[in-house]
Amino acid sequence: MALDPIILSRLQFAWVITWHILLPAFTVGIASYIALLEGLYFFTGKDVYFRISSFWIRIFAIAFGMGVVTGVVMPFQFGTNWSRFSDITANIVSPLLAYEGLTAFTLEAGFLGVLLFGRKLVPQWAHFCSALLVAFGTLLSSFWILSTNSWMQTPAGYRMVDGRFVPVDWMAIIFNPSFPYRLAHTVDAFYVTTGFVVLAVGAWLIRKKTFAAEGRVMLTTTLTLLAVLVPLQILLGDMHGLNTLEYQPAKLAAIEAHWNSEARAPLALFAIPDEKAETNHAVLEVPLLGSLILTHDVNGVVPGLKDFPASDRPPVAVPFFAFRIMVGLGLLMLALVVLGWALHFAGRLFTSDWFLKALMWCGPIGFLAVLAGWTTTEVGRQPWTVYGLLRTSDSVTPSLTGGDVLISLLGYGVVYLVVYPVGVWFMARAIQRGPGDIVVPVGGGRPAAPVKAPPTGAA
Amino acid sequence: MSIVPVWTLILGAAVFFYVVLDGFDLGIGILYNFAKSRADRQAMMNSIAPIWDGNETWLVLGGLGLLAAFPLAFAIILPAVYFPILVMLLALVFRGVAFEFQFRDAEHRHFWDHAFSIGSAVATFAQGIVLRAFIQGFDVEARQFVGGSFDCFTPFSLFTGFALMCGYALLGACWLILKTEGALGEEARRWARRAFLATFASVGVVSLWTPLIDADIAARWFSFPNILYLSPVPIATALTGFLWWRAVAKKQDLAPFLYAILLFSLAFLGIAIRLFPMIVPHHFSLEQAASDPSTQVFLGLGTLFLLPVIFVYTGWSYWVFRGKVRGDIGYH
Repeated sequence: MALDPIILSRLQFAWVITWHILLPAFTVGIASYIALLEGLYFFTGKDVYFRISSFWIRIFAIAFGMGVVTGVVMPFQFGTNWSRFSDITANIVSPLLAYEGLTAFTLEAGFLGVLLFGRKLVPQWAHFCSALLVAFGTLLSSFWILSTNSWMQTPAGYRMVDGRFVPVDWMAIIFNPSFPYRLAHTVDAFYVTTGFVVLAVGAWLIRKKTFAAEGRVMLTTTLTLLAVLVPLQILLGDMHGLNTLEYQPAKLAAIEAHWNSEARAPLALFAIPDEKAETNHAVLEVPLLGSLILTHDVNGVVPGLKDFPASDRPPVAVPFFAFRIMVGLGLLMLALVVLGWALHFAGRLFTSDWFLKALMWCGPIGFLAVLAGWTTTEVGRQPWTVYGLLRTSDSVTPSLTGGDVLISLLGYGVVYLVVYPVGVWFMARAIQRGPGDIVVPVGGGRPAAPVKAPPTGAA
Repeated sequence: MSIVPVWTLILGAAVFFYVVLDGFDLGIGILYNFAKSRADRQAMMNSIAPIWDGNETWLVLGGLGLLAAFPLAFAIILPAVYFPILVMLLALVFRGVAFEFQFRDAEHRHFWDHAFSIGSAVATFAQGIVLRAFIQGFDVEARQFVGGSFDCFTPFSLFTGFALMCGYALLGACWLILKTEGALGEEARRWARRAFLATFASVGVVSLWTPLIDADIAARWFSFPNILYLSPVPIATALTGFLWWRAVAKKQDLAPFLYAILLFSLAFLGIAIRLFPMIVPHHFSLEQAASDPSTQVFLGLGTLFLLPVIFVYTGWSYWVFRGKVRGDIGYH
């Protein structure tokens, strides 16, 4: 079989974006959490917030560094592997991406140095503001990148000239139909993901007893936030679903493995989709629930895949299962939060060892849900890069051979498989070190006279 | 009225900022393995720890600026330099994570030291190949690159890769002169002189080699009266080189770095004169490769507003970490 540069380029993009998205899924949330802690320390002066914040800043530094270098890879993918896509869509997509760089990357980079290394050099309020601006930068980054992605899913505000997209209305482009829902759903997902990481670490600290005070603060602050964020996420997911039904019906049909358009549709809890026979096997379904959930009306019509020519249909099994994994994990998170509050009201939150253990095991749960959700929306968008307008197969760089892409894919494969486990291991070590050796300063600020320290940088 | 000239300046500035800013911290990486002691290495790394990631941001801004302002050039050039870009990105991944990893991992410090220095050297080498391939031009039909993914590797492009390594090492050494003192500062002056001589020699080789293989450029540089207008560039380069050497000899801290930047801007100007008004040599001019006017205006207005803001807070960040590297700031 000849190597196909299209398949390999898709694999490569999936590989580099999948690893990359894990980092913003954590850094967006933890940057906001650090800003919150710095604020609490600034306004209350309690040392515990300082220690927790400094503790998370160490871990954030590793994740952010990895996020930067794997993020630099991303825009170049458009040029090296998807040059046709770049040529055809650049008029629309490029300013959105460039504004991400101009507003977000520079802001994060500008204040990150001060956040990580500058505590002794600037007044406390300036350090707090740096934390706020880094957090704001990560949110701006999410804004622009999700606007770009949403435009590719639900294009608007353009016209076609000589086979290329030309902008007509920038507000319509940026605030395209799926963008508000995708932005809210994704950012909330990032916050929830971080929340469960903090819960896991807090639970571990409480069980370890050495830094139980810090662990308890982590648990209570985070459970409070999650009591709002998790139910909100379910609401946002539902709204996002309604939006998909309206603008990307083929994707919705694939998510539900729904072949025939029908009213009063059932909801398949489990099935094995068969794309050749255009049917499902081993189906477990609940009558009427499909129409009720997807259209909010028992008589609502749920679209079927057979409404679309076979060449315009996304793969079915991947979005179907990925979506169910995401929803399942979401329900599990909701259960944990409810349970946490029940234990809290019973006064046993910090003493229920089984619950603390469960929280530790569920530390990565948000990452899995983010990946499942991202897979659902990206595979469900196929076979298009710009939905309904530009096919993936027409987007790839024409000069590439299968061999070229195989080499690059192997390169990314090897490097990421070295860098990621090592990065995770370092983060685990930073967590194990605990907040114990963090010393709260007596007063911040740059010394009046420059300190003439020899450059010995004791490591 | 077209705003293509404005975008030409913005993009040129973005690429130049990248070359100077990441140039000096990649240069630190190239010099890193020559350092004599652990403490020197740590000081070298600490001298760029708070700012390297801001510097690398300009790579993204330059790449996205090219996509935004001249998308046709982006869509032709990047496939043509597929492998140098790949190698550069992977090398940058290794060197970037080495910042965080090397000081946390005493057991594997040698590995991360190498990741940092070799990664920096390889990324620079790959950028040199991209530079030469870009100046040389590509096989293009209609709106696409139609050559092979290995065409960009030529003896000349490999030499350019080496030349850029010398140039970045020069910038890095000048940064160290500025940021360190004592024995390491002395060492930096020695490195700087060697890198300076190597850079000047390679620029000389490139300048003689280019007209030999490209008659167009020979005609542009050596025909009368062009030679009159253009001769200030080499003359200014020689003069700046002289001033640089004197500043190092006088043990000045800041001047060598500034003169080195001036040398880079003259080389940059020389390349710009060579290419203008083409962005894909022999095929597309800046005007032809430009994006839709609406795109250029929409992004251009924001950019002109945001760039000064970025300069202000980036400047503030450099200001906070001003002065010689301190043992108690940075990784420890």
